Amino acid sequence: MLAKTIAELSRALRGGELSSVELTRAYLDRIERLNPDLNAYITVCGEQALAQAEDADRRLAAGDTSPVCGIPLAHKDIFCTEGVTTSCGSRMLANFVSPYDATVVEKFNAAGAVTLGKTNMDEFAMGSSNETSYFGPVKNPWDTGRVPGGSSGGSAAAVAADLCAMATGTDTGGSIRQPAAFCGVTGLKPSYGRVSRWGMIAFASSLDQAGPICKSAQDAAIMLNVMAGLDERDSTSVDLTVPDYTASLDQSLEGLRIGIPRQHFAEGLNADVEQAIRAALQEFEKLGATLVDIDLPNNELSISAYYVVAPAEASANLSRFDGVRYGYRCDNPLDLEDMYKRTRSEGFGDEVKRRILVGTYALSAGFYDAYYRKAQQIRRLIKQDFLDAFKQVDVIVGPTSPHAAFQLGAKSDPVAMYLEDIYTIAVNLAGLPAISIPSGQSNGLPVGMHIVAGDFEEARLLNVAHQFQRATDWHSRKPSLSGEDAK
Amino acid sequence: MALEKSEVTKIAQLARLHVDDGEAEEVARRISDILELINKMQAVDTANIEPLSHPLDAVQRLRPDQVTETDRRDELQKIAPAVEAGLYLVPKVIE
Repeated sequence: MLAKTIAELSRALRGGELSSVELTRAYLDRIERLNPDLNAYITVCGEQALAQAEDADRRLAAGDTSPVCGIPLAHKDIFCTEGVTTSCGSRMLANFVSPYDATVVEKFNAAGAVTLGKTNMDEFAMGSSNETSYFGPVKNPWDTGRVPGGSSGGSAAAVAADLCAMATGTDTGGSIRQPAAFCGVTGLKPSYGRVSRWGMIAFASSLDQAGPICKSAQDAAIMLNVMAGLDERDSTSVDLTVPDYTASLDQSLEGLRIGIPRQHFAEGLNADVEQAIRAALQEFEKLGATLVDIDLPNNELSISAYYVVAPAEASANLSRFDGVRYGYRCDNPLDLEDMYKRTRSEGFGDEVKRRILVGTYALSAGFYDAYYRKAQQIRRLIKQDFLDAFKQVDVIVGPTSPHAAFQLGAKSDPVAMYLEDIYTIAVNLAGLPAISIPSGQSNGLPVGMHIVAGDFEEARLLNVAHQFQRATDWHSRKPSLSGEDAK
Repeated sequence: MALEKSEVTKIAQLARLHVDDGEAEEVARRISDILELINKMQAVDTANIEPLSHPLDAVQRLRPDQVTETDRRDELQKIAPAVEAGLYLVPKVIE
């Protein structure tokens, strides 16, 4: 039952086959049993979840039509949740009980979803393995010696291990898509501005975007219907009509033009992953699509530009953590300066401090043109590459990550970790929507396929992903977990 | 390009971070590696390229200048490290 999709669970709730309270209890039991090992949740809100479930059952009985009403959900711990600790994976906010809800949280609450808890993540979303979390790494449910990816690793692992029906994530350089790939689940990064960032703790404001992590493209469409839309409180959210993303899922792929970027099948790509993606491409051909080789000539520069833009924006965003109004404060400060410095040095982990230093350096006097301005120019070139490609093709397909999940502790060098996001980062710089869906395996570990579309073409992405999932069953494969009851 | 220890101390001060003398060398080395990765972009000629600061080239939306938020001082101060009489307390700044 817990492995079912939102669409299936919603039918069962509506048909009276089960109640939201029963469903919520079952997830909470499973979390209690499996979370000590997986560490996917930082906070579990059992009582609150059951109260929400009771509410949802009343709404369902009264004929509520929201497809997420009564469905248990997990929020990445970057989303502010009123009355619940919102740590962002950091010691800095380990004691921070948010006084308000993020817009995304508010929307799920209004739609009747049940919040099971808050998921683990790389500290301030800075990482590709979940190992920078102050609360310890999340384990990959497919192999607990491996990382789940990051930064939304807790959300991806929770969905993969059926510790929730759906989860929220955020993606600044690949933080939804890469963990979705490593954990064998579906993860969508919407276009910049599609989903409100209000109440989502800021990392790099021109790149951050919230999106769904779930068990199918159809579920992603259901979640995006709840999440998307203009929010007056986020001036970068876009005033564009939100279509019903489930309405176009069944369109045929006959005549779809798929671009295959040469740069995403070059050196550094694991042979198993390449084989899985090539097999998936054949599947698309069977569905009537045509494959076109394309170039994204500036793709390699995306990492360089990103590691200026993201740290620069992070250094500004994280300057608010000063120990004055909320969060961590050091003991016995000598004076104000000492309080700022010790609070920040004790409250932030190594990777966060490293990025603040890089960003501060790039923005410091005399370096602006050489770093930030230069990176923004490269960003224009990267966006232009995509615009040129979309003159020839409808979507672009490749691997999400160069290989399957790696071992915990395998990448201690920051630069090696940064290169993990070589296929996903350009999409954030260009503001485009992209999805990762399971599309094969490498030594028993999931492989993710990355699909990119033009600005605000989430409906097309979801349609393409859904048609692939109708023709294949990679998205319904499950890890076998130790300590799991045979049910 | 390698960063000097003294430069690390300078940017740490700008960022209000404390870097121990003992760890400054290691921090300088790690950051130098990152700058090397970043500097690959210097090889590209971007002379006439307009910087892209917003992925959609959008401009800031304005709203009417009206009060929309209510006063929640008490709730917001409940989560502060130290408050007194509705004020945030910090170490003494003026002698």
